[in-house]
Amino acid sequence: MPLTQQLTVAIIDSNPALGSGDCIKKDDPPDSRVSTVTPATISLFKDVGAWQYVQQHRHAYFDRMQVWDYTGLGYTRYNAREADKEVLGCVVENKVLHRSLLSCIQNSDFQKTIYPSRLTSMSFSSSSSTIGVGGTSSRTTPYTHGNLAKLELSDGSSLYAKLVVGADGSKSRVRELAGFKTTGWNYSQNAVICTVEHTEENQCAWQRFLPAGPIALLPMGDKFSNIVWTMNPKESSDCKSMSEDDFVKAINHALDYGYGPHPHSRLFGGDIFSWLGADVTSSANECFEVPPKVVKLVSGRMAFPLSLMHANSYASKHVVLIGDAAHTVHPLAGQGVNLGFGDAFSLSRVIAEGIAVGSDIGEVSLLKKYEADRKPANIAMMAVLDGFQKAYSVDFGPLNVLRAAAFHGAHFISPLKKNIISFASGEHKLPLFS
Amino acid sequence: MASKLLNHLRALYTTNNHSPSHRLSNPKLIFHLPRSFLSVSQSLLHARPYSDAPEPIPTGPPLPEKPPTNGGTTSYKKNVSRASNFSSSLNEAELSKFSAIAETWWDAEGPFKPLHLMNPTRLAFIRSTLCRHFRKDPHCARPFEGLRIVDVGCGGGILSEPLARMGAIVMGIDAVEKNIKIARLHADLDPVTSAIEYHCTTAEKLVEEQREFDAVIALEVIEHVADPAEFCKSLAALTVTSGATVISTINRSVRSYATAIIAAEYLLHWLPKGTHQWSSFLIPEELVLILQRASVTVQEMAGFEYNPLTGRWTLSDNVSVNFIAFGTKNHQ
Ligand SMILES: Cc1cc2nc3c(=O)[nH]c(=O)nc-3n(C[C@H](O)[C@H](O)[C@H](O)COP(=O)(O)OP(=O)(O)OC[C@H]3O[C@@H](n4cnc5c(N)ncnc54)[C@H](O)[C@@H]3O)c2cc1C
Ligand SMILES: C[S@@+](CC[C@H](N)C(=O)[O-])C[C@H]1O[C@@H](n2cnc3c(N)ncnc32)[C@H](O)[C@@H]1O
Repeated sequence: MPLTQQLTVAIIDSNPALGSGDCIKKDDPPDSRVSTVTPATISLFKDVGAWQYVQQHRHAYFDRMQVWDYTGLGYTRYNAREADKEVLGCVVENKVLHRSLLSCIQNSDFQKTIYPSRLTSMSFSSSSSTIGVGGTSSRTTPYTHGNLAKLELSDGSSLYAKLVVGADGSKSRVRELAGFKTTGWNYSQNAVICTVEHTEENQCAWQRFLPAGPIALLPMGDKFSNIVWTMNPKESSDCKSMSEDDFVKAINHALDYGYGPHPHSRLFGGDIFSWLGADVTSSANECFEVPPKVVKLVSGRMAFPLSLMHANSYASKHVVLIGDAAHTVHPLAGQGVNLGFGDAFSLSRVIAEGIAVGSDIGEVSLLKKYEADRKPANIAMMAVLDGFQKAYSVDFGPLNVLRAAAFHGAHFISPLKKNIISFASGEHKLPLFS
Repeated sequence: MASKLLNHLRALYTTNNHSPSHRLSNPKLIFHLPRSFLSVSQSLLHARPYSDAPEPIPTGPPLPEKPPTNGGTTSYKKNVSRASNFSSSLNEAELSKFSAIAETWWDAEGPFKPLHLMNPTRLAFIRSTLCRHFRKDPHCARPFEGLRIVDVGCGGGILSEPLARMGAIVMGIDAVEKNIKIARLHADLDPVTSAIEYHCTTAEKLVEEQREFDAVIALEVIEHVADPAEFCKSLAALTVTSGATVISTINRSVRSYATAIIAAEYLLHWLPKGTHQWSSFLIPEELVLILQRASVTVQEMAGFEYNPLTGRWTLSDNVSVNFIAFGTKNHQ
């Protein structure tokens, strides 16, 4: 990207992953935090030359996926081949994604500095939208820091920047300091995540909807899989404290006969996983399968509270938000990082377009183009995920058929989506969710 | 982008369909048959009601060496601090309008909102045409490195600053002292733009000083000057041989009346009422012609279209409201 190459970039993060120069080895024990990256994200990584580094580490492409429901009412299987696709996605440990992106920027020749520190405060010089000419504006230090944001770091140093990109996660300090308002709610649900081992390699992504939420088993390569199990907070603390053996039993129970029978017929028309590509359709001629047994827990168990949060705006003068700082979604379909990478690439394209026509990259009219590009896509995704979360977070009992029908998506989602969209754009106070 | 741009012939053709009162039956003839064209054009130019200009456009070939100087300016001198007491392009009534709102140049939501919105689009046109003409790499961040550009009627520097970021050695000039002050203050906020040279002067003055530039750009200025033809001559004189001249303005079409004036000044309240005087607008043929007479050949022309839903401007082949022309200075 020659257009953005001349920019001077500072990366501020106290995350030890950034500082440690040591490489990760292919046979290191697997991490408990993984991400499912979509084909779209993979091609973005390839474009910037980061995917080659991912390929040097453990990663697992999967070309099949099975989604079913504990009621035994139905199941859906997706197969990439039927949609003329190679893969549906790839599961990569977060540390591998971090390392790969880091290697990628280290090996490219633009000016960057990594500050292993935290952002503590941020200030802006007085707005220059209207400048008076009358007074004796004695500018002793012309242009020093005039049109820049000033950042103060926890190590006492300070920096000046034309543009501050807040990529600091769901509790974003940048968002707070820049005064972006957010809307959102907690799902009184936790996700328990960990990495497990099988006796043979798992090559399919599995997701089963249980009364309290979905459990997902994602292939990681080398006979490892990752579990993302949504449950209520009480259950999650039980899960964390029970013995490893009991926990493994609980997982196998949840992925097989626990809570209800195996389904016999295909039912779900399902377009929740439409992010995989426009034309991934469920495979009519594939039978229901039981996921591979888990034999061992190979990482710690972590629990994360789940929430939905959306910043009302992503851009102001000198500041933009990307990733979880702008939007935190339910991890149901593993979309969090993919939306974030989508943001990052959109922003870099908008900046390049601005540079092409000599714009100031901190100018709000330029940054609003990024917001206009990403906000609708992100809101729609949030609405879809939230809709499914609602459909599955309460056990409707006799209404299970309705819930299975929710897999058909469209009918159920549209009014809901509308609600959230008007909600997020500030037209309504609160959407009516029962 | 370049593919979207229209060559001047197509532009002229399109304009024919849009401007109700003037029809050039065969626009291709313009440059091949200058004499017969000029006779057509004189009527065009006469048809143009110069409500503000004290002197009409000179009539009939051969063109006078120097048109009568603008005698009307001095009587307006009162409030406006300006470049020169005696300059052919100055229209004092117009200048006092700009002086009155000078402080709002950089308020992206203020009176100059349309210019801010249009900026990326017109810069895309300039980037594309100048890169091609000067054989610069359009894929790099500073393609204008080494080019000397003068931004005539720079106002608060909305155009000068991006040009400087794109690498050009920029001089911005404006007839209103206040504008130059604002431009200076704002450019000093950024090390890259602080290298811009701003002067309160006019194109004619620079010609007297025998200044020359690789590219001379005057966007949204010609509709405010007293004598467009003389103004174009000055722009041409400032352009080195084979250099580039870029001009944008508003078309004098019925549609432009509705869009540019009613919408911008009355409905959207972007501009103070009375900012534009419809009668002083040029149609594309007239601009091409007066530039040609000043030895600048228009090579490309494009229109700007505003989409009220997206709030964006795009380049198009519709020159019926706002248009921009890129020309090159002929060898003499
Ligand atoms: C249980 C769970 C499972 C998930 N599973 C998936 C999945 O399978 N697929 C998927 O796509 N997504 C998944 N997600 C979502 C995904 O993890 C997030 O969307 C993603 O990590 C967001 O990336 P980010 O870079 O925006 O923020 P983060 O990953 O939160 O990174 C923020 C960074 O900012 C730094 N930081 C914070 N504050 C400061 C400060 N003041 N100064 C300096 N640095 C600071 C932190 O150190 C951190 O490095 C999951 C989320 C959860 C909770
Ligand atoms: C509509 S503004 C355009 C500003 C700038 N070129 C832009 O497009 O962003 C017109 C400007 O031309 C200036 N101007 C008008 N007549 C002029 C003249 N004869 N010589 C120099 N500047 C003039 C005005 O002061 C005003 O700043």
